[in-house]
Amino acid sequence: SPQTKGAGQDPASLAPAASLSSHRATVEHGFPSQPSALAYDPVLRVMAIGTKAGAVKLYGAPGVELTGLHKETATVTQLHFLPGQVGVCGWLLSLLDDNTLHLWEVCQKDGCSHLEETRSFGLPGRPGCSPGITRVTVVLPMSSCAVACLGTEGGAVYFLALPTLVLLEDKTLFPDEILQSVPDEYRCGKALGPVESIQEHPRDSSRLLIGYSRGLVVLWEQSTRVVQHLFLGNQQLESLAWEQSGKSIVSSHSDGGYMVWAVSGAGQKTQQPVMSTIPYGPFPCKAISKILWRTCESGNPFIIFSGGMPRASYGDRHCVSVLQGQTLATLDFTSRVIDFFTVQSPEVAEGGFENPRALVVLVEEELVAIDLQTPGWPTIPAPYLAPLHSSAITCSCHVSNVPLKLWERIISAGEQQSPRLSSAAWPIDGGKNLAQEPTQRGLLLTGHEDGTVRFWDASGVSLKPLYKLGTAGIFQTDCEHNDSLNQAGEEEWPPFRKVGCFDPYSDDPRLGVQKIALCKYTAKMVVAGTAGQVLVMELSDEKSEHAVSVATVDLLQDREGFTWKGHDRLAPRNGPLPFAPGFQPSVLVQCVPPAAVTAVTLHSEWNLVAFGTSHGFGLFDYYRRNPVLASPSRSPCGSRSAASARAGCRARRGSTPACPPPQVQEANAQLAEQAGPPEVEMTPVQRRIEPRSADDSLSGVVRCLYFADTFLRDAAHHGPTMWAGTNSGSVFAYALEVPSQEKFSERAVEAVLGKEIQLMHRAPVVAIAVLDGRGNPLPEPYEVSRDLAKAPDMQGSHSMLISSEEQFKVFTLPKVSAKTKFKLTAHEGCRVRKVALVSLASASSEERLENCLACLTNLGDIHIFTVPSLRPQVHYGCIRKEDISGIASCVFTKHGQGFYLISPSEFERFSLSARNVTEPLCRLEVARLQDTSCLRWDVSQGQGGFAMAASLYPHPIAPAPAITSLCVSFQQQLDGDAEAAASQRYPRPAQPRGTTLPYRQ
Amino acid sequence: MNRSFNKSQTLRYLECSAVEVKSKFGAEFRRFSLDRYKPGKFEDFYKLILHIHHIANLEVMIGYADVHGDLLPINNDDNFFKAVSSAHPLLRVFIQRQDEVDYSNFGTNTLSRKKKALVTLRNDNLRRRPHINISMPHDFRPVSSIIDVDILPETHRRVRLYRHGCEKPLGFYIRDGTSVRVTPHGLEKVPGIFISRMVPGGLAESTGLLAVNDEVLEVNGIEVAGKTLDQVTDMMIANSHNLIITVKPANQRNNIIRSSRMSGSSGQSTDSTASHHSLPTSHVLQNFHPDEMESDEEADIVIEGGLEPQHIPKLHSLTSSSLSRINGNSLSHRLQRDLVLNNNSGRESNGNIHKLLSSLKTDPRHSLVIPRGGIEEDGTVITL
Repeated sequence: SPQTKGAGQDPASLAPAASLSSHRATVEHGFPSQPSALAYDPVLRVMAIGTKAGAVKLYGAPGVELTGLHKETATVTQLHFLPGQVGVCGWLLSLLDDNTLHLWEVCQKDGCSHLEETRSFGLPGRPGCSPGITRVTVVLPMSSCAVACLGTEGGAVYFLALPTLVLLEDKTLFPDEILQSVPDEYRCGKALGPVESIQEHPRDSSRLLIGYSRGLVVLWEQSTRVVQHLFLGNQQLESLAWEQSGKSIVSSHSDGGYMVWAVSGAGQKTQQPVMSTIPYGPFPCKAISKILWRTCESGNPFIIFSGGMPRASYGDRHCVSVLQGQTLATLDFTSRVIDFFTVQSPEVAEGGFENPRALVVLVEEELVAIDLQTPGWPTIPAPYLAPLHSSAITCSCHVSNVPLKLWERIISAGEQQSPRLSSAAWPIDGGKNLAQEPTQRGLLLTGHEDGTVRFWDASGVSLKPLYKLGTAGIFQTDCEHNDSLNQAGEEEWPPFRKVGCFDPYSDDPRLGVQKIALCKYTAKMVVAGTAGQVLVMELSDEKSEHAVSVATVDLLQDREGFTWKGHDRLAPRNGPLPFAPGFQPSVLVQCVPPAAVTAVTLHSEWNLVAFGTSHGFGLFDYYRRNPVLASPSRSPCGSRSAASARAGCRARRGSTPACPPPQVQEANAQLAEQAGPPEVEMTPVQRRIEPRSADDSLSGVVRCLYFADTFLRDAAHHGPTMWAGTNSGSVFAYALEVPSQEKFSERAVEAVLGKEIQLMHRAPVVAIAVLDGRGNPLPEPYEVSRDLAKAPDMQGSHSMLISSEEQFKVFTLPKVSAKTKFKLTAHEGCRVRKVALVSLASASSEERLENCLACLTNLGDIHIFTVPSLRPQVHYGCIRKEDISGIASCVFTKHGQGFYLISPSEFERFSLSARNVTEPLCRLEVARLQDTSCLRWDVSQGQGGFAMAASLYPHPIAPAPAITSLCVSFQQQLDGDAEAAASQRYPRPAQPRGTTLPYRQ
Repeated sequence: MNRSFNKSQTLRYLECSAVEVKSKFGAEFRRFSLDRYKPGKFEDFYKLILHIHHIANLEVMIGYADVHGDLLPINNDDNFFKAVSSAHPLLRVFIQRQDEVDYSNFGTNTLSRKKKALVTLRNDNLRRRPHINISMPHDFRPVSSIIDVDILPETHRRVRLYRHGCEKPLGFYIRDGTSVRVTPHGLEKVPGIFISRMVPGGLAESTGLLAVNDEVLEVNGIEVAGKTLDQVTDMMIANSHNLIITVKPANQRNNIIRSSRMSGSSGQSTDSTASHHSLPTSHVLQNFHPDEMESDEEADIVIEGGLEPQHIPKLHSLTSSSLSRINGNSLSHRLQRDLVLNNNSGRESNGNIHKLLSSLKTDPRHSLVIPRGGIEEDGTVITL
């Protein structure tokens, strides 16, 4: 019975296909949505990004990705790697906006690294004070790794033992203590304000530089609790940074200026900075929120800061400025700057030079790396974290097993498109990718609102951009002016430089890509868009200048009385157009009316492309460049006026006396229904139970198109066919007369309507597929002739699988009688959203392949059915049912993986196959254990040895020294926890909170 | 058009008012004519039929296709007269052996184990002729029924709504709510689905079996517990052609009181149990079997190409051998035309859609007893 299914069932009762299948989300591709914090560990060479949803993601070398999620859904406001000098690395401290601190740890399990939250801490409020004053504003883990300093809103600095997260209460530094050494005339009875910045002295870790909001900066000796130097700033402070030698500091301020102060001996008070400047003055400027000072062997130090733009003219720009001597670049981003860091060697070169290699800036919508060692500071293309949403994704499509030849041609086209300006390798390269080389090349194509199609390498864990195809250039749009505007802007001051590619503004919504089809054997592609444009493209390795031939296909066949009230079709540009190497359009078919294309399919062997809109469908022979077929998907009498006229007719024709009153009553009742929305709205959670109306405005939408070589007319002769399914449950099947290859130019393709099927439940037809005599889906064009698939069984009787939103049905061919069906909606109350035939391989043997029907429902569940018997196997919860855009964006691959958007910028990859899984398997070499004991010693013994330890800098991947028995038990404990957590989506701390000691016997 | 062959020995007719009759028994056709205004008596017609088909020794059942394509019985003078007078212009008569008659073609019937198709009698026909004495109960089309009285708790009611061929909307709304259940831990509040509103004149209201605030427990045998309002809505709509709702009526006073003698395994509930309260007389009590529901499914319509329907564009001359001799009156052609209408009719004509659908849902080979060859004569194959 259909109800008795599900993953929890007795495994013996499940058909074999169930054993081939499992479900898990494996990796997230793209750019994390709403990033809110950034950190970099120069020892591990990994960066961490925190998000507003509470996720923490670590990125190192391509393929090295770790993910964690806080239990609390709170914004991660700060992330700090614990400095990794004494082998304590792979610890990460996160601050959430609920004022809690969390300690994350990179754990090893089965040789792979995982990120786990081990402890958390909330700063207790102070009695008699408002809770706001203990809000943490600054976190600084000290290089000793024994202590973290927490600066607060109230001006107090707390010290926290690491990694236990125990508050060292006696060490707390209250502002009163500082105020005692502040001269009265500066104090003026005012408070110091919140702590804005705490920076450790680069050479002496016992000395802390503490900056208060009001402008006071204090150099404080931690061990002796003595104020060594006071900088009596009068400008509201934003951030502080040390010069590497420790001889000067730089402070940035809310007026858009920064000041350099000289640091000298003990007991000093400095009134004036050595240098004070407002770089984008003299008019009022916005605050400089963060500033860095990096020394450089090859010349002047780098001053890198964010913000500080002139308020009136460029107050809305999101900029990071890089200043080296006289050279200034104002990096202009399209979204808010979150944070930035520089990448340099953890060991300071001789002469105290830091020599930053790269600047990495996290803005709200993308990550940009700037090569600081190449003149002109070009950007370094990132191998991951691609802003998928640089223009909104409108559709996506996956191509598996891409032939090497096509793969190389696409890569080459991409390289010619964006020549690399920087020779630098990606600077964040920590960790080791342990995942196997992908066994096949998978291509993910995304269509975007601006008319581009982006090609991504989806073979492995990191989604790499390969090539970008633009279709806007073929049409006359307004975007041409923009370039000239930008050019004019170049000459202005500040010297803006556009960086990044996030550009959510589309010049013309009609350019949006709706459907994509690619033939991987012939490198032909069809891109169809919002204004009914269907572009047939061909991959060319040479640049070309040619005119695109334009054909118009009237899908309504000049229906009378129809007026299109939507957008105009896009006007193509006339004459020969230049095209770069890559996919170049050869034919443009424009549908009339220019409604958005809702389905497209390509048969490169027959040189045919089929396309459908909400009004009808068409078939185009792109070899001869002429239309073969155009048909409305609804017939003319579907319009309202015609229907009512017909109803009138019927009433008159009936020989019986006038229309019976009950009918009138019903009609009135129905009208009342329609006219009564206010009544319905009074009781909002109410649903009308009424069968699908035969007429609604969407009933003509063509939902799927399909080509197959099968038996349509009789059981003896097979031939090319085309199938079209609509929103109203109709399927139109056409027999095609396709000339042989040699005669393409002589004879035209012909299409004859063979069958018309009306599903009685009238639900939209989501997919159509023909199964051969053995029940296998028919291969793609050329797949057989290139020896990549077994020839289909053309002897046995074919069957046709029609999937509607409500049920799956297998029909015999050519007779079209129902063989099997599964009524999903009637049984489960869910509706089919996406469906695909996937082949699942067994985890134990690659030989065992089974074709299954995978279906994603409107509740976000994935159901798997056998084919062609349509027996339900298992179902998994996959996407939240509220996540409508996630469900709408889902694509399945042929081998049982899938992608869906978890945010506008991120694809979640999942696997339904027990064998074919793409997930990050990586290792970060972290040495840790020997230090937990020394840490405790440090805490209890004071800070005597810190300065020395800091200068030692042992190699980060040095093998761990002998492990004490204590530590072994600790390690095992952690491993056990890791195991428990591994079954969950995100690793969660399994250890009880509030443990004060890391040891458990 | 009036190529009439008068083979009648007993009937006289006038040239100008002749009605062409095409009578079909099995694979055989006979053509003759009748006088539109004086067709005579049913008994004579019956004898004539037996005579011209050479089946004098058989008990047969005579039906005809009315203007809507519905198969209606001819079994008394009145409906015979009606059949002849409304012939437009051809009267298509279908004859079935009495012992082979599949009554389900005329109306649902408890005898048939397998009900392939649906109801074709129009209820407005019934309304128009209230005085007619129709002999067979099969001529009634059930609108709704209470089923499984013998196996359900008395507090529950399983209602089957037959929407086939019905012009009425189902006409009800459901909502979320909380229901109180007795559990081992005492009373518990659990979420439930309730009928929230009835549309006046709708099917649900007209049956009198469902009421506002009735709690919905099952839809077509599947429990709704744990399902959301939207899921239940989708389930009901997906089953709307044959909707079976198990409810716990808000008003428990009208519950069926089960006779203790009743055998739960009889498979057939008796009428006696239900008669004490004022249910509409057309309700038939009937057990519900899941298998039955499966087989009861309406079939999809497949129209074979080969002739060019009017909505296929004339852009490309099709090379297909359009051999078809399209008979303007042929049922198949009409079916096709109606299909087109069905696909496209406006909301206002919902009633008509339902009417047409009802005729289309009917398997023509069953309901009209048209053997395959017989239809091929008209150039189109219809399979279901």
